[in-house]
Amino acid sequence: MKPAEPAPRGYLHRQLEAIGTRVASGCEEVGRFFYILSTTLHWTFRRPFDLKEWGRQMVRVGVDSVPVVGLTALFTGAVMALQTFRGFERFHAEGFVASVLSLSLTRELAPVLSALMMSGRIGSALAAELGTMRVTEQIDALYAMATEPIHYLVVPRVGACVLMLPPLVMCANGLGILGGWVVAVNLLGANPVVYWQRTFQYLDLNDVMSGLIKAAVFGLILSVTGCTKGYFTSGGAEGVGRSTTAAVVMGSVVILLSDFFLTKILF
Amino acid sequence: MTSPSAPVPAPADATPAVPRIAVIDLWKAFRGKEVLRGVNLEVTAGESFVILGGSGAGKSVLLKHLIGLIQPDRGHVVVDGEDLTCAEPAVCLQIRRKFGMSFQEGALFDSMNVFENVAFPLRRHTRMTEAEIADRVHECLQLVNLDGIGRKATNELSGGMRRRVGFARAIALQPEILLFDEPNTGLDPLTSAVIDEVIIGMRDRLPVTMVTITHDMRSAFRIADRIAMLRDGRILAVAQPEEFRQLPDPYIQGFLAGEPLEEEVA
Repeated sequence: MKPAEPAPRGYLHRQLEAIGTRVASGCEEVGRFFYILSTTLHWTFRRPFDLKEWGRQMVRVGVDSVPVVGLTALFTGAVMALQTFRGFERFHAEGFVASVLSLSLTRELAPVLSALMMSGRIGSALAAELGTMRVTEQIDALYAMATEPIHYLVVPRVGACVLMLPPLVMCANGLGILGGWVVAVNLLGANPVVYWQRTFQYLDLNDVMSGLIKAAVFGLILSVTGCTKGYFTSGGAEGVGRSTTAAVVMGSVVILLSDFFLTKILF
Repeated sequence: MTSPSAPVPAPADATPAVPRIAVIDLWKAFRGKEVLRGVNLEVTAGESFVILGGSGAGKSVLLKHLIGLIQPDRGHVVVDGEDLTCAEPAVCLQIRRKFGMSFQEGALFDSMNVFENVAFPLRRHTRMTEAEIADRVHECLQLVNLDGIGRKATNELSGGMRRRVGFARAIALQPEILLFDEPNTGLDPLTSAVIDEVIIGMRDRLPVTMVTITHDMRSAFRIADRIAMLRDGRILAVAQPEEFRQLPDPYIQGFLAGEPLEEEVA
């Protein structure tokens, strides 16, 4: 006897299936992120320490990113000065432009904008690099040589991002304040001495520190996201492309979401 | 299911030697599609064992199970009495150090030149000085007839050279077991013959057990002590090369003659 044909699936059935697939895929993404994060932490303090690779990654993440992050901060400071000056002059509070600028830069703009720029520059590069290594079996080759790929590849990259984001954000702080000063003093006629005094008048060490803590956390997020996407790449060149895009999109979204919670905790 | 401590079931043509690698009732499926369906085989110490099979037969998946790159759904891979499928990650890493593996396209690290690729496992796992490493790399490259190309970038190499550099890297740590993943695929007959010569040279000069997967008949008969035929995730037969040619199985005869069965064409 012929087995009974399965009943045709109704609209509701298909919709529920689609929702279930999306939820399962989302859970899988989160699981992969935390797998890479926990394995990275597990291997971080284990021998052998490949100091040469750590150094190489720190130069790549830190030194090579100074122009991009610096330029972003410089012009953000300049635009902030223009915008706040025009706004504040309506109620004769131009004198507070410097204070607002230094506070917003150190607490928020420098860490978030730097992290977003780095997500585009480094997160995508990590996903592409590890993804290519995955599809060309280089990661399998590491396993075959009794080398844990996460120890060799992921730990130095994540470590470099966590260590180098705070100094980059310090650079961004300085250049952002400089950009604001140049615009306020040269274009808007602010008094340079008063502007300089006001810059630091309300600025606290905690403001700077909260920005640097955020920077380190963002470094962790963008690097783990990039490495996760690259490590679990499948499907050849197209798969590498997908991973690279997803690393930037996911990294940026998670940075913006976590920014809210970090700000809530650090205030 | 056979327990890991139970004796490995002996195939009909088994030699009395203790198996170096025993694969016991290995099953693996990807997204519901069964790729391995109860594979059983044994590889004895010092032999050159070739696994033949068509595209999609599950050869590469089987080879990756042997070194623990893929975990099976069921079954066991026992290497020198240690079950790789149940071992702790640290133990797995130790077992893997017995292996050297050459990948289909070489899987060379493209951020390193040839010398650094071959030196990589030595720097990672030994306390050799740079001079000793240089000597060993030189020795390995000599064994695959590629001496003097250490400074070349990997993207300057031809397909055959990439594979031979992969061989050199695989033997750098003097492994006890060598695995070759399709060493001849995509190569012209002359380069393919050179690759075979290199493998035969390594078999004769090194005290290693070799497992090669291929679909290249000529190469298989040149390098094998024993040949296994894998079809649809199962081992059809295991035999010495001359016996293998005489096996009456229609699929094997079709494979040898290059004539597919009617059901395959359909």
